[in-house]
Amino acid sequence: MNLPFRSADQGQALPGCSGQPVLKQRGQREVFCGLTGIVWLHRKIQDAFFLVVGSRTCAHLIQSAAGVMIFAEPRFATAIIDERDLAGLADIDVELDGVVNRLLERRPDIKLLFLVGSCPSEVIKLDLKRASERLSKLHSPRVRVLNYSGSGIETTFTQGEDACLAALVPDPPLPASGTAPSLVVAGALSDVVEDQFTRIFRDLGLDDVAFLPARRSSGMPAIGPGTRFLLAQPFLTETARALEERGATHIAAPFPLGAEGTTAWFKAAADAFGVSDSTFRSATDAGRMRAAMATAPHREALVGKRIFFFPDSQLEIPLARFVSRELGMELTEVGTPYLHRQHLTPELELMPQGTVLSEGQDVELQLDRCRAEKPDLVVCGLGLANPLEAEGFATKWSIELVFTPIQGYDQAGDLARLFARPLDRRTRLEV
Amino acid sequence: MQLTLWTYEGPPHVGAMRIATAMKGMHYVLHAPQGDTYADLLFTMIERRDSRPPVTYTTFQARDLGGDTAELFKSSCASAFERFQPEAMIVGASCTAELIQDDPGGLAKALALPIPVIPLELPSYQKKENWGAAETFYRIVRGLCHPGSRSADFNPRSCNILGPTALGFRHRDDLTEISRLLTRLGIAINVVAPLDARPSDIARLPEAAFNVVLYPETAEPAARWLEKNCSQPMTTVIPIGVSATRDFIAEVAKLAGIDAGPLLAEDASRLPWYSRSVDSTYLTGKRVFIFGDATHVLAAARIAGKELGFDVVGMGTYSREFARPVREAAKALGLEALITDDYLDVEAKVAELQPELVLGTQMERHIAKRLGVPCAVISAPVHVQDFPARYSPQMGFEGANVIFDTWVHPLMMGLEEHLIHMFRDDFEFNDKAAPSHLGHGGAKQEAKPAAAEPARIEAKQLSGWAPDAEKELQKVPFFVRGKARRNTERYATERGLHIITVETLYDAKAHYSR
Repeated sequence: MNLPFRSADQGQALPGCSGQPVLKQRGQREVFCGLTGIVWLHRKIQDAFFLVVGSRTCAHLIQSAAGVMIFAEPRFATAIIDERDLAGLADIDVELDGVVNRLLERRPDIKLLFLVGSCPSEVIKLDLKRASERLSKLHSPRVRVLNYSGSGIETTFTQGEDACLAALVPDPPLPASGTAPSLVVAGALSDVVEDQFTRIFRDLGLDDVAFLPARRSSGMPAIGPGTRFLLAQPFLTETARALEERGATHIAAPFPLGAEGTTAWFKAAADAFGVSDSTFRSATDAGRMRAAMATAPHREALVGKRIFFFPDSQLEIPLARFVSRELGMELTEVGTPYLHRQHLTPELELMPQGTVLSEGQDVELQLDRCRAEKPDLVVCGLGLANPLEAEGFATKWSIELVFTPIQGYDQAGDLARLFARPLDRRTRLEV
Repeated sequence: MQLTLWTYEGPPHVGAMRIATAMKGMHYVLHAPQGDTYADLLFTMIERRDSRPPVTYTTFQARDLGGDTAELFKSSCASAFERFQPEAMIVGASCTAELIQDDPGGLAKALALPIPVIPLELPSYQKKENWGAAETFYRIVRGLCHPGSRSADFNPRSCNILGPTALGFRHRDDLTEISRLLTRLGIAINVVAPLDARPSDIARLPEAAFNVVLYPETAEPAARWLEKNCSQPMTTVIPIGVSATRDFIAEVAKLAGIDAGPLLAEDASRLPWYSRSVDSTYLTGKRVFIFGDATHVLAAARIAGKELGFDVVGMGTYSREFARPVREAAKALGLEALITDDYLDVEAKVAELQPELVLGTQMERHIAKRLGVPCAVISAPVHVQDFPARYSPQMGFEGANVIFDTWVHPLMMGLEEHLIHMFRDDFEFNDKAAPSHLGHGGAKQEAKPAAAEPARIEAKQLSGWAPDAEKELQKVPFFVRGKARRNTERYATERGLHIITVETLYDAKAHYSR
């Protein structure tokens, strides 16, 4: 079921790629479902636990996606639905209560529990919202229980984080003073990046900045009219909507990847809060120069090289902008699982005209296109990487771009290195 | 509903994928939502396969559920046939598709493809990965073999090797080892399946005289069907360990009508001498806990007890289908087998038993690490480390050598154990240090007094340890400290003592060393 190129009305009138047609495809998708977000979210929020209500497949997925990376006791688990639950022989509320009790007994440190919906729980229409409200009452005030869906029939990979954060938004009440922080940064970032960003915001004179999600469940920022928010990740459609429903306003910006993206992101905030140009420069100049210095050697290795992005995390468009503008790489096809035009307009405007953009996937057809393009580097998921290497392509696992701190000035060099390393490796090996 | 932190087995359709991926010329069309494609990475990343598993996923979404998911299945099936041109196909549903009841078998049949299409019914909410693999292999054998097709002049010294799959624990190397062994005996290998077999090879299975079953978890139903319908007897001994390998040689030699004497007369493995050499004295009576799939657990129990001189203090399996033989083997050792697929139960058992060595899966490695107990991996579920670059079988005589090294390596070496005991206050050679040959793995965490540790609970009526006794206990080397604590507490409880003193500690020591 492949739709033809969607024609763009405005054509050449818009800058960069923003008026460009998008190839939309429907077929086999070689992507993770939203449950995978648990792999980083459970580390980010240190007193939260993620309980997937699903099948053995769900448990196996998270364990396989994360298993090789996690060495500490995980703060996630699966309540596996069995045939007794399906046949109505067991009261599903009683079963779920039992599982939650056992879990909370084992982990008394847990303050926030997410019930995470899956494909099977959605198909049998298990009402996890009702269950979470009931369990929240039962375990209040020790534990709050929230729910969201990470099912593969509704969410692709990073959309799981979006659903999780959207579930958190209505939750934090306004403090007694009735004031919410003036700036909220939405999207899970690694702690080191968060600390760097906090310092830069402080240098900009913005002290009242909060991050969503916070590192602890008690620290989730209150949201209210007057709150402005920046998105740190491009996949937060529902979160942005939920924030706007609470009266917060979005500050449109490119995403903080690379020196240019980071500068533009901070500049959008600075402009929104009326920070002077000179303050902005003194807060960001040093970072920008460090980023340029750190990316320079990788640029040498990557300039002119052709790159192909398979859809994975929705980070593809900001990443493509970075590799094209800061590393001089040539974009062939840039695939994304879902293209949120509004949030990505500032990115699309910076992309070179004529880039092939694709949304959705028919993996077989996309592989055919990739082989025909013969790119120098393919960014793809774990299921495709080794097979493509065996066909002679250099690949970069896209999941590493999600699990590595890549945002901000001081990670720009690391981000560039992620693209350079597969090619560097090829030049070293003689076997 | 079951709380699961880690799962020993995937869902049954992953078992089916292990069969399809092992074979050539076979394609699997799986009715499944997006996300189920994660299973591809098991093969491409963990096993480092250089091609994608031959699986097409229909990738239905929420918005399709009100519409025609059946049509989506049919078009996916038709285009998979077109693109991959397989010799045969298997079709089925994953857990979510099972709930929407589209009948992949019937839909595929309606397409009237010019190849055999084998429908799979794999109940996801009841069964698991190994069952799924066994059922799939059985359905394929039933679907492609024609009983009675063996010619009259078949080779009586020929066999098939059944069981090795994709993503199997050391299947690649086991197969090499056992093929060599059979070839040395003069037995011809007719077909190996499912690994590297084509559908046309499956059809040739009945031409062999008998079947060698390497992994009952995946091959037993198919082998039983062949036994009944194609008059092919099957082997029952799994050649893991020196004695079992010798028994296996005797069994296949008998089935093939060959004299195994010359091969059995050779000193083919180093394990017996290594185990008898004096350095191994320290292995005597080491308390081991064994957990994994039934095949590897049964073999490990025999090796641990009879070939390395360990004490098996606990054993169990997650393979419910094979619970009976594991129960029997445990009973013979005076133990009750732990039959569970609940990681938390296994963890509680290890904490309770405080073994000196855990032989388990990657899950038990995790448990053992948490509790500070050495561990060696003997069974699936697999990890990228379970596909070593070097030749590393578990089966046959070389397998026995590999097992000796793998199990002994994590333990403290003989004299080192004594030195630690004698000079326990040495600042860099103390019991918080890892065995020296394992490098500086960092200070060992004292095993957390886990809530699950029954010895502590049992000792409730005790008001506790006197400070000097607790201090004395810390002088016991860490690898037996848990046992000493447990024994002392039991000793005190049995005698109604309220406080454990240094006296109690040494009384208990004397009591238990009788």
